[in-house]
Amino acid sequence: MAPAEVVTWAVRSGQLPLTSMASAENEVCAVRKVACPSQTWRPQKVQCGLSGAGQVPFTNMAAGVEGRGGVWMGSRADGPRTSGHVTGKMAVFPWHSRNRNYKAEFASCRLEAVPLEFGDYHPLKPITVTESKTKKVNRKGSTSSTSSSSSSSMVDPLSSVLDGTDPLSMFAATADPVALAAATDSSRRKRDRDDNSVVGSDFEPWANKRGEILARYTTTEKLSINLFMGSEKGKAGTATLAMSEKVRTRLEELDDFEEGSQKELLNLTQQDYVNRIEELNQSLKDAWASDQKVKALKIVIQCSKLLSDTSVIQFYPSKFVLITDILDTFGKLVYERIFSMCVDNRSVLPDHFSPENANDTAKETCLNWFFKIASIRELIPRFYVEASILKCNKFLSKTGISECLPRLTCMIRGIGDPLVSVYARAYLCRALLTEMMERCKKLGNNALLLNSVMSAFRAEFIATRSMDFIGMIKECDESGFPKHLLFRSLGLNLALADPPESDRLQILNEAWKVITKLKNPQDYINCAEVWVEYTCKHFTKREVNTVLADVIKHMTPDRAFEDSYPQLQLIIKKVIAHFHDFSVLFSVEKFLPFLDMFQKESVRVEVCKCIMDAFIKHQQEPTKDPVILNALLHVCKTMHDSVNALTLEDEKRMLSHLINGFIKMVSFGRDFEQQLSFYVESRSMFCNLEPVLVQLIHSVNRLAMETRKLMKGNHSRKTAAFVRACVAYCFITIPSLAGIFTRLNLYLHSGQVALANQCLSQADAFFKAAISLIPEVPKMINIDGKMRPSESFLLEFLCNFFSTLLIVPDHPEHGVLFLVRELLNVIQDYTWEDNSDEKIRIYTCVLHLLSAMSQETYLYHIDKVDSNDSLYGGDSKFLAENNKLCETVMAQILEHLKTLAKDEALKRQSSLGLSFFNSILAHGDLRNNKLNQLSVNLWHLAQRHGCADTRTMVKTLEYIKKQSKQPDMTHLTELALRLPLQTRT
Amino acid sequence: MEVLSGVVVISSKDSVQHQGVSLTMEGTVNLQLSAKSVGVFEAFYNSVKPIQIIHSTIEMVKPGKFPSGKTEIPFEFPLRAKGNKALYETYHGVFVNIQYTLRCDMRRSLLAKDLTKTCEFIVHSAPQKGKFTPSPVDFTITPETLQNVKERALLPKFLLRGHLNSTNCVITQPLTGELVVESSEAAIRSVELQLVRVETCGCAEGYARDATEIQNIQIADGDVCRGLSVPIYMVFPRLFTCPTLETTNFKVEFEVNIVVLLHPDHLITENFPLKLCRI
Repeated sequence: MAPAEVVTWAVRSGQLPLTSMASAENEVCAVRKVACPSQTWRPQKVQCGLSGAGQVPFTNMAAGVEGRGGVWMGSRADGPRTSGHVTGKMAVFPWHSRNRNYKAEFASCRLEAVPLEFGDYHPLKPITVTESKTKKVNRKGSTSSTSSSSSSSMVDPLSSVLDGTDPLSMFAATADPVALAAATDSSRRKRDRDDNSVVGSDFEPWANKRGEILARYTTTEKLSINLFMGSEKGKAGTATLAMSEKVRTRLEELDDFEEGSQKELLNLTQQDYVNRIEELNQSLKDAWASDQKVKALKIVIQCSKLLSDTSVIQFYPSKFVLITDILDTFGKLVYERIFSMCVDNRSVLPDHFSPENANDTAKETCLNWFFKIASIRELIPRFYVEASILKCNKFLSKTGISECLPRLTCMIRGIGDPLVSVYARAYLCRALLTEMMERCKKLGNNALLLNSVMSAFRAEFIATRSMDFIGMIKECDESGFPKHLLFRSLGLNLALADPPESDRLQILNEAWKVITKLKNPQDYINCAEVWVEYTCKHFTKREVNTVLADVIKHMTPDRAFEDSYPQLQLIIKKVIAHFHDFSVLFSVEKFLPFLDMFQKESVRVEVCKCIMDAFIKHQQEPTKDPVILNALLHVCKTMHDSVNALTLEDEKRMLSHLINGFIKMVSFGRDFEQQLSFYVESRSMFCNLEPVLVQLIHSVNRLAMETRKLMKGNHSRKTAAFVRACVAYCFITIPSLAGIFTRLNLYLHSGQVALANQCLSQADAFFKAAISLIPEVPKMINIDGKMRPSESFLLEFLCNFFSTLLIVPDHPEHGVLFLVRELLNVIQDYTWEDNSDEKIRIYTCVLHLLSAMSQETYLYHIDKVDSNDSLYGGDSKFLAENNKLCETVMAQILEHLKTLAKDEALKRQSSLGLSFFNSILAHGDLRNNKLNQLSVNLWHLAQRHGCADTRTMVKTLEYIKKQSKQPDMTHLTELALRLPLQTRT
Repeated sequence: MEVLSGVVVISSKDSVQHQGVSLTMEGTVNLQLSAKSVGVFEAFYNSVKPIQIIHSTIEMVKPGKFPSGKTEIPFEFPLRAKGNKALYETYHGVFVNIQYTLRCDMRRSLLAKDLTKTCEFIVHSAPQKGKFTPSPVDFTITPETLQNVKERALLPKFLLRGHLNSTNCVITQPLTGELVVESSEAAIRSVELQLVRVETCGCAEGYARDATEIQNIQIADGDVCRGLSVPIYMVFPRLFTCPTLETTNFKVEFEVNIVVLLHPDHLITENFPLKLCRI
């Protein structure tokens, strides 16, 4: 049924003479001279003189399609039809564009603006402080006094989050339980914090390390704990004080045995083991709390004894962590107890007290602990327990700790098992950091030791003592561990943390004195590389220059640099990381000579990339500094010249990005000619990188627009010439690009710029170039490595193009709408994808364009350019010509719709029909009966095979009814009545 | 002349009726003969009579009544030895004990028990006159230097060297020195310092001399590194040591043994007599 119907309506309106699809060349020739009579360029009003050539008013004489002819040349109705597109006799509907009042339409579409009273709430209104004190009371639990929202009714959602209830600040509040208990025991809190800072500032916090170790050293093997609570045979000393019985010690020993607390726990899993140790830790605290000091000591002794057992070696580090936790607890308990003895009602001991402040009882108790521990029979527990309470020496004498340290260190020598002894040392270091350092200083001359210290301690710690270290390094014995490694280690620390201001220069001088004497270039560069960072961080370009010069001096002989590219590269990276001001950087005399050392191309390019990267990141202001420009052009050229046939796409993109970043940052201010010549120079330099050329074209276009802006649209002779030079630049650059859509878009874009600058013939040239390029658009294009159909891109481009064409004035010599005609010819001849409706969609767009062109005043204009609306002034012949084109387009659309009357295409027919219907509705004048009839037919067609989406149809109908209520649209009421909705079965 | 001073504190909820409070200061040397030297029975019966060095009593409060709460009564004793005797340092040993006590007695009426509180106080002798001269000792231990070896050939070879910084020791300072295991065929199990007291009691029947261990301190555990010196370090325990003492009736002397245990089961001991003093 359907096809018949189509035919019906096609035939019914078929009386009109056909606009032909012919491409009769002779006819073209016949009408060649017909065009616009007016030869003046930009006439104010053009009388469209028509030739007498019958029905064929406008013919396209445009270059580019000359001779080929095309559908869009008017031809006689009965002319021979050689085009295969249209076979049957086509009905031609006359096109009548609806008159548009763009201003009124815009006004009616626009949302009504409602003025906002001061103080009204609006979500986008910036928060301002209107009142502060009174408001703050309203906000629950607010601790911040920053601002309150100006909206009285609502609390600003963002700032309310910051009321101390967000997880981070909550965490911060609870993370320090000591702080919570602060009110009760302030002195204690202070001390705790002090403890943390003493260790924290110098050392990687143990807590971090602890977790790491526990997580890493695990075992599935069975473990055992052997606790033997009575084994202290030689405990004579511990029997202690005030006891009068003879052989008290022996009895006590017996008691201990009776306690029978030898426990051997076998076959423990790791978790059991951890639990056990935790229990012990708890029972230590309990024993302490219940004043069983001796029991507490026994627990600690027994625990430390476990450290002599290395049977499950992979678990040992974790065991060490667990047990030293207990020791730490013990040490803290003892310390606090003695500390509390020094506190009487009147005074609290200051944080850094001296032994004189401690009272006798405290000292005596402290001494007792040390005596007790000194009599522990076995070496390992004696060591650990003493180390754990070593801090208590503070109560006895100022130098106590540092005196004990060497003894304890030596004591470790007695531990035969290397693993156990190393861990014992680790514990000692942990317990006594600063003292350890002093000790190292005294022993001083062991290079290996110094190096270990420098690599293990926190950089801040090392940095504050740099001068000491330099002294030590100088004095130390070089055998076995070379000094340059020591300086390297020191340099690494100084890169991370700053030494005291006053020492800085001296440090550099001292260090460099040694470094520069290094003979072996490898040793030298390894060391110098590290120190460059320090130099850059704290000194000026003068010092950096000296350092670079020194490096060059060392690395040039025998081309030593060839073996040290990574280090040299690092040096460059560090220098550019610290010199963000490139004018300063390039004024460092030795910087460019330094770059010359990178003679291997790949490395050279890498370095160039780093430099450009830094430039893009740090250069804030556009520059015209000749030093920067010269240097960076050189750098960019190096990068560009590395591109060859084998260069990967990614690499090219990367390089282009960097070069583009540079180009964007170059500005000669108002010296536009200089700017353009820079772009010319750049083009010749970077011709192998397409994205760079694209950027250059954009930059030049921008330059033209800047010029226009500066002249406020009125070019002088000089600026006009300059702008034309810009346009010419683009015109000759674009053809060298490979990407077809890149070219198309740039032609369009540059054409627009030319148009905006009143270079009309140049604009035409761009548009013509674009049009003649369209046939070359391949069906498939490569996008990000995948082949994709190009049609959608073409459609997008063409729509864009049409929008521009609306305002392009006709050339007096080329006839009415010559660009549109040419474009239509190209579209007609383009080999479209089979089964694709793109062409028809384009035609629909053309219809929109032509409708817009037939308006009395166009939707938009370019300032100082007269578009066809003013050129022709709504001349009826122009309009008629326009309508003719419309008719041809419509015929094409209808013809296509007809070909879709096959089963598999019905859906497409329906949607295309509806879209055409919509176009007519939007742009056509439906008071015209034929158009009205056509739209009704299309409506039916869209619904015919049940392919239409009912909802869309309903909406469309609603829209029509709504439109009909508007003043000039009453005729739509009638139309709406003729549009039935199909009910679904 | 030093003075022993302090306060007696009487605290009670209610008031206390009493028949007088006295304070007694006493210092004695107790000597006991060891069973080893003189036989079990003699040891039991023939314990030498304690020698009293100092003794004085004062009546602090006449019979009466203490009020409820805390009452503090200050006292002072001059420390003066009896007759021509000297005040020895406090020492807790096995066969010799030198102890000083302070006893407070509160006598009460027949119905209530007398109250007694005893408290030991420690006496350190005055610094000895004369200059302290250290007496360092170097030693080498090899299988050849050993005595009491049954089959020298069965011993593994070893060479231990070392020194003690001084065998004249200040009692408040540790015994120090170094020990180096230069070589040893057998693995070392342990190296220990054994502090030994040698107590000699003279009596009518002659004298008894006994050496007993005070403490044993391990200085090396396991097979230590060869050629690396291990510190010898021992703190002299308080109470259990005193400056070396030589009187007509008894002697207290000290020695240290360096005990090396080798695998599988060798025990090597090197003995060093010490002389302790207080300066």
